[in-house]
Amino acid sequence: MNNAVKNRIKDNAFKYFGIACTSFGLLMLAIFIGNILIEGLARIDWDFITNFPSRNPDKAGILPALVGTLWIMGLTAIIAIPLGVSAGIYLEEYGRKNRLAKILEINISNLAGVPSIIYGLLGLEIFGRIMGMGGSLLAGASTLSLLILPVIIVSTREALKAVPKSIKEASFAMGASKWQTIWHQLLPASFGGVITGIILALSRAIGETAPLIVIGALAYVPFVPASPTDEFSVLPIQIFNWISRPQKGFAINAASAIIILLLVTFVLNGIAMYLRNRWQRKVRW
Amino acid sequence: MPRLKEKIIVTGLASAAIVTILTTIGIIWVLLSQTIEFFSDVSLFDFLTDTQWTPLFADKHFGILPLVAGTFLTTFIAILVALPIGLTIAVYLNEYAPKSFRKIVKPLLEILAAVPTVVYGFFALAVITPFLQMLIPGMAGFNALSAGIVMGIMIIPLITSLSEDALFAVPMSLREASYGMGSTRLQTAFKVMVPAASSGIIVSVILGISRAIGETMIVAIAAGQQPRLTLNPLVPIETITTYIVQVSTGDVAHGSLEYRTIFAAGMALFVFTFILNNISYWVKKKFQEKYE
Repeated sequence: MNNAVKNRIKDNAFKYFGIACTSFGLLMLAIFIGNILIEGLARIDWDFITNFPSRNPDKAGILPALVGTLWIMGLTAIIAIPLGVSAGIYLEEYGRKNRLAKILEINISNLAGVPSIIYGLLGLEIFGRIMGMGGSLLAGASTLSLLILPVIIVSTREALKAVPKSIKEASFAMGASKWQTIWHQLLPASFGGVITGIILALSRAIGETAPLIVIGALAYVPFVPASPTDEFSVLPIQIFNWISRPQKGFAINAASAIIILLLVTFVLNGIAMYLRNRWQRKVRW
Repeated sequence: MPRLKEKIIVTGLASAAIVTILTTIGIIWVLLSQTIEFFSDVSLFDFLTDTQWTPLFADKHFGILPLVAGTFLTTFIAILVALPIGLTIAVYLNEYAPKSFRKIVKPLLEILAAVPTVVYGFFALAVITPFLQMLIPGMAGFNALSAGIVMGIMIIPLITSLSEDALFAVPMSLREASYGMGSTRLQTAFKVMVPAASSGIIVSVILGISRAIGETMIVAIAAGQQPRLTLNPLVPIETITTYIVQVSTGDVAHGSLEYRTIFAAGMALFVFTFILNNISYWVKKKFQEKYE
């Protein structure tokens, strides 16, 4: 066998290895979703969604956790969107040259790498204790807002960067001020990208468990939170709590709650992907 | 008047950006102040050299080593899974796969990255552990191996997408020159493309490691809660992150020594990931190959 033949065989071997590795990843995803559907789908009914947690796995439901997740998503959006988009606009349009911008940039890339549980420790001390919010929805949403801020800032900047210079120059030529240009031209033009980043960030926030456990979100909540100062639980914490119990019934409950959580996550990601594609196709400069 | 309005707006935007700096200051201040108080009760020497971590027991020991060992064991297993598979997928998608295939596979892999980690934890405990127990009799129900493997699966998309970006950025001319010399795709991939994209690939691995060190829910669910100075992947261990969760789910009074241990543990975690993130930033800046 000469070298050329050997090399060709090796080349082909790697091709199949590559296919195998790619299939491994996809297979895991399939097993994963299949297993959870088999375990949990039968348990989902209206009662499961409207019941409170219980010591009896057959009667337990996810209502407080589901409402908590919706609260957290809403409050986090209210806090994080204005902050993140404003910071993104500042960095991209105003602060490009100065020293502050450079520090901000390094700082943001560092923050993106801080483990989420550390944000929990921050929230526990600053929001929970010093600002007196305790383990409330507001403390949780504030903590998660800081966590997803880097994601929103980076995607806002990317979206603004994609708007061609000519648009800006045309606006300036018409006598518009810098802010008028941003508000009336750049933001509408980059809307798709900004919104995509926001949705992805929020989908990350509702899947977070560790920081909320650290700030003191509860595992057992026998009431539906009605105001931002109420204590709360969220779906991931409810799932964690059920997984930690030895009875088989709770493992099934966990699988069912996972289906609901994945549904919300995938719907959000789907919307983001759809917007990204539509926006990329529609806007051709 | 409009000038003034613009000024106010810019100030508002800048203060939003400043929030990120306040966040960093807040993190460092919180960790530092609690850790300093912690070290007024426990000596730094004990913290770094004691081989037992038992702050919640009557006989208290405060050696971080068992937690660090648990963290590195699970991280090592995760990278052992994620690096070869993630890099192979990246090379395959970039050098071998038809474009249409790539277009379908990439979003599917992105789904893996969007799954909440508590769900991965369930997967590790309910699927991977029973499966491994069939292969390895005597393996404990909580262990570093299945948590590490699942963490590796979680990190695959991160390594694949960052490595793929790096490979994609290598200019076509290099690849064509290699083919022109009569190389096969495999030789082109590993002797030309991967070395040319090495800085990006190294960054992806470092970020993967940093991600694995800070990962919480998978290990809290599947790896156990028993701090143990061991490299045996078949027995229950405890990672730094799991310890923080364990204390947070229990009843620990604010201001007590137990309460401060989670900040000391958090500080150790923060230092590890901070160093890794800065190395990756430095590699990216310093070794990025520039082609014209």
